[in-house]
Amino acid sequence: MIPAAFDYKVAESAEHAVQLLTEYGDESKLLAGGHSLIPMMKFRLATPTVLIDVGRLSDMRYIRRDGGQISIGAMTRHEQLENSDVLAEACPLLKHVASLVGDPSVRHRGTLGGTMAHADAASDLPAAVLALGGTIVATGPNGTREIAASEFFSGYFESVLAPDEMITEIKVPADTGGWSYQKFNRRAQDWAIVGVAVADGGSGISLVNMGSTPLRASATESALRGGAAAVDAALMAAEGTSPPEDHNADAEYRTHLAQALTARALAEAGAS
Amino acid sequence: MKETSGGIGTAMLRKEDPKLLTGENKFVDDIHVNGELWMGMVRCTSAHAKIVSIDTSGAEAMPGVHSVYTGKQLADMELWAAPLPCAWPVTEDMLNPPHWPVAVDTARHVGEIVAVVLADSRYQAADAVEHVVVEYDYQKAVASIAAARDSDDKAHLELDTNKAFHWELIPDPDALAAAFENPAHHVIADFTQQRLIPAAMEPRGVLAVPSPMGGEITLYSATQVPHILKVMIAATTGLPEQKLRIIAPSVGGGFGAKLNVNPDEILAVTLANRLGRAVRWTETRTEAAGSTHQGRGQLQHIEIAADENGKIQGVRAHLDADMGAYMMLITPGVPLLGSFLYTGVYDVPAFGFSCDGYFTNLTPTDAYRGAGRPEASYAIERAIDILAGKVGIGPDEIRRRNYINGGELFEDHEAASTLIFDSGHYAPNLDKALEIAKYEELKAEQARRRESGAGKQLGIGMCTYVEICGLAPSRALGGLNYGAGGWEHATVRMLPTGKVEVVSGSTPHGQGHETAWSQIIATKMGVSSDDVTVLHSDTALSPLGLDTYGSRSLAVGGVAISMAAEKVIEKAKLIAAHQFEASPDDLEFVDGSFSVKGTPAKSVHIQELGFAAFTAHDLPDGMEPNLQEQVSFDPPNFAFPFGTHVAVVEIDEVTGGVELIDYIAVDDCGVQVNPMIVEGQLHGGIVQGAAQALWEIAIYDDDGNPTNPSFMDYLVPSAAEVPFMKTDYTVTPSTSNPLGVKGAGEAGTIGSAAAVMNAVVDALSPYGVEDMDMPATPRRVWKAMQGGAS
Ligand SMILES: Cc1cc2nc3c(=O)[nH]c(=O)nc-3n(C[C@H](O)[C@H](O)[C@H](O)COP(=O)(O)OP(=O)(O)OC[C@H]3O[C@@H](n4cnc5c(N)ncnc54)[C@H](O)[C@@H]3O)c2cc1C
Repeated sequence: MIPAAFDYKVAESAEHAVQLLTEYGDESKLLAGGHSLIPMMKFRLATPTVLIDVGRLSDMRYIRRDGGQISIGAMTRHEQLENSDVLAEACPLLKHVASLVGDPSVRHRGTLGGTMAHADAASDLPAAVLALGGTIVATGPNGTREIAASEFFSGYFESVLAPDEMITEIKVPADTGGWSYQKFNRRAQDWAIVGVAVADGGSGISLVNMGSTPLRASATESALRGGAAAVDAALMAAEGTSPPEDHNADAEYRTHLAQALTARALAEAGAS
Repeated sequence: MKETSGGIGTAMLRKEDPKLLTGENKFVDDIHVNGELWMGMVRCTSAHAKIVSIDTSGAEAMPGVHSVYTGKQLADMELWAAPLPCAWPVTEDMLNPPHWPVAVDTARHVGEIVAVVLADSRYQAADAVEHVVVEYDYQKAVASIAAARDSDDKAHLELDTNKAFHWELIPDPDALAAAFENPAHHVIADFTQQRLIPAAMEPRGVLAVPSPMGGEITLYSATQVPHILKVMIAATTGLPEQKLRIIAPSVGGGFGAKLNVNPDEILAVTLANRLGRAVRWTETRTEAAGSTHQGRGQLQHIEIAADENGKIQGVRAHLDADMGAYMMLITPGVPLLGSFLYTGVYDVPAFGFSCDGYFTNLTPTDAYRGAGRPEASYAIERAIDILAGKVGIGPDEIRRRNYINGGELFEDHEAASTLIFDSGHYAPNLDKALEIAKYEELKAEQARRRESGAGKQLGIGMCTYVEICGLAPSRALGGLNYGAGGWEHATVRMLPTGKVEVVSGSTPHGQGHETAWSQIIATKMGVSSDDVTVLHSDTALSPLGLDTYGSRSLAVGGVAISMAAEKVIEKAKLIAAHQFEASPDDLEFVDGSFSVKGTPAKSVHIQELGFAAFTAHDLPDGMEPNLQEQVSFDPPNFAFPFGTHVAVVEIDEVTGGVELIDYIAVDDCGVQVNPMIVEGQLHGGIVQGAAQALWEIAIYDDDGNPTNPSFMDYLVPSAAEVPFMKTDYTVTPSTSNPLGVKGAGEAGTIGSAAAVMNAVVDALSPYGVEDMDMPATPRRVWKAMQGGAS
């Protein structure tokens, strides 16, 4: 629980952070809220020798609505999402999901950019962004690019982000239809054993902790598109997934939970 | 006349809290001295391995590293005179292989220390630990009680068995056999008490500060037992006891896990003494989870014989108890502390108990909140529910039919276990709990949900516990082969200016002794509790004491305080009489003032006599100056608190999720000194017991590796997981001490695991579920609802 030695640099801007990433390469890591990275460093599962602190870039904390789109700065904290009037009106799903992350102290430190970059299949917000069909904006040495959430997650704690890229913004569509988030865990502060996010009345459904990345429940989505009843479509929620096994659940139980929670989520989202 | 305030019975805020809440208090980790060296422990990563070689050269070359010692080197340095102590050899022939602070040839559990690094900083020590290279010769690990009992593998290769002892308590074997001959109802049940990881808010830590010229050593330790530690360190290291001073600064909880004599304590003291430099260490949470002792760890078998009406004829119980790899201070005694309680609150004519203690290659077990009694209460309270089912009556009715003295008030009842229960009045306590719980309404709601298939099943569980506290009459401990007494020491002195200083032998680690002792003084001496200061937790200030565990502080230590105060009053009375030129027999003492009976106008307050005793200008002939008295109180009997806990759970039929939605506790801990402290102890204790029922378990794989040694996977519940508890009380004074107090530190834990599990099983009864292992995880519950094994 004692991290290995590291150097600490404070980034003045996103561009500066990217410069520092380029300079220090593999050995360096961005530090946002620190609520995933620091625990890993304490267990010495991560041993970066340079930390580049982007958590102080307060001009990257914003939630703006621009027509049909909501843009959120990467350093926006979960707590800001939870208490956002903009989201209350235009994207209540994201607001609600943020309110279920960890406990209040986690929500006051963790950032949306950090949780997206961390790419944990068990995290809540990445799955919500995925269900919403959101976009990740990344800045690198060669400028800025946009990555669809559906293309973003590439493996166990892995994304398509290059080592010298930083997430600067996340975009989600505004005013989509019925929504629900079903998070099943044993204590309020825990990650989901299984979670299901439903956006836009059922056209976007994603699963938390059902594989190595946040996943779309594609079989259910297409069954619904094909006119299947929600209760029947929900039974396909786990199709194509390979759920992890741990102390909380085996694959059989996770499969059951994915189906049951999808049925609940679809009902709450008004899909029939 | 001065004002008396904050006496016995006042629900006042704790004196300790402002300092704790503002961070003014110092814990071990906050205390620093010049030139201190940090220890870093190299710990075995296997559950059972011979140590082939240890290469320390890489670590020694690291920056800031002072030295690295292997177990073999330390043994050769002859730093200790004896292995780590076990003070409770429960039988004459108990196996107790030596447990050295650092393993010498073989390590026997994951986390056992194999080498120690000394470095200038904590970070340098941690870095160097990673560069100590240990070559192991791996051995088969004994990773469970069942494996210890049934397999040929040995936890200690040099022993030919894993069974450390067999202990039994069968007062009347013939009566027991007769009771189990063809009983109308025969309950046979097996329960598992999973291992639990104590998780005090403050981890353990030590700082040993030597005085190279004087030979004295001061050990700061996050311990519950500075007095016991002092004796044990002297015995273990051979250092002269009078040169040792142990200080337990603010200690952030212990729950039993801080009542041991640990390798780090011995290492810090002996290395500081050898090197002439201060040596310190603070455990990480990973170390706490795997190296500090754990709780529970028992396989229980219990049988009840009853007649056709459910009246109990006999109870017999057998335990296979997991000692872990070594006997720590009271490891083997923990199951015995529970042995007397397998008859619960019931009138049981015939009783038998036996226990086999087994070595495993797991972290040693020892006392954990309740120590043996939560396990006992769980077994009898689960079993009596099963009996109710067999008889076809409700859980309340089966209890009423079996209560000691029919539930009516009793004093000094001799139980079949041979203990004398001080006092009890069980039926009104149950009535009150069921009334607060609205038991009849709950049952109606449960029936409604069962019929309508509402999706969420309701479960109602109760536990009517009794426990043993006020540890302990020294003779009783001697009878159980325990290596110390059970008395407690107190000093009360009136300072010249009339303020009161109390020296407490029992050592708080979060309970609120300063407040409670002040309240006792306020009532006894008629002074304001603000005028009282309580000194404790430093063997130089408080040389005599036996510390805090087993819900003993008030029923033994608090009584000693009260008795010492009485002695001060007696002496003060002689001075007052001298001043009044009256006979002491003619004086009365009311609200702190002495006056001649019948002439209350002329009086002197006890606080005004402090100065007279100090100047000693005009004391009665032959009287020693000063107002200071001390008492060592050895209680004549234990105290037996009891209570009724009712848990209400809701089970989601789809997910298997269990939610504790209501909790009612009506406890009887005798006279209450500070009801607010009692309430706090109950709240914490209840959640700790509910945690065993629903969340906590230390899981090991087949090779003895801990698989959840972090707070991410070892689920300690928070306030968010528990309902707003409804607590109330009955008061049945103890006959074991003059204050009539019993104890409340462990009661919550002793009542709650059984209440919650009885509720879970009750909720699942429509699915044919008759029992479930703890913790009742959603997966386990869901599988049980599918009719599958858990
Ligand atoms: C007790 C606890 C409970 C928690 N419970 C939950 C939960 O229930 N649900 C849940 O979803 N999460 C939970 N979390 C995780 C929490 O939400 C984290 O804060 C979040 O996942 C990471 O965000 P962060 O800002 O703290 O990132 P950091 O920890 O600072 O960084 C995480 C990783 O992302 C990288 N990174 C950070 N920002 C960027 C960026 N802008 N561009 C590129 N890379 C970046 C870092 O280099 C690092 O590798 C919990 C955490 C804790 C400690």
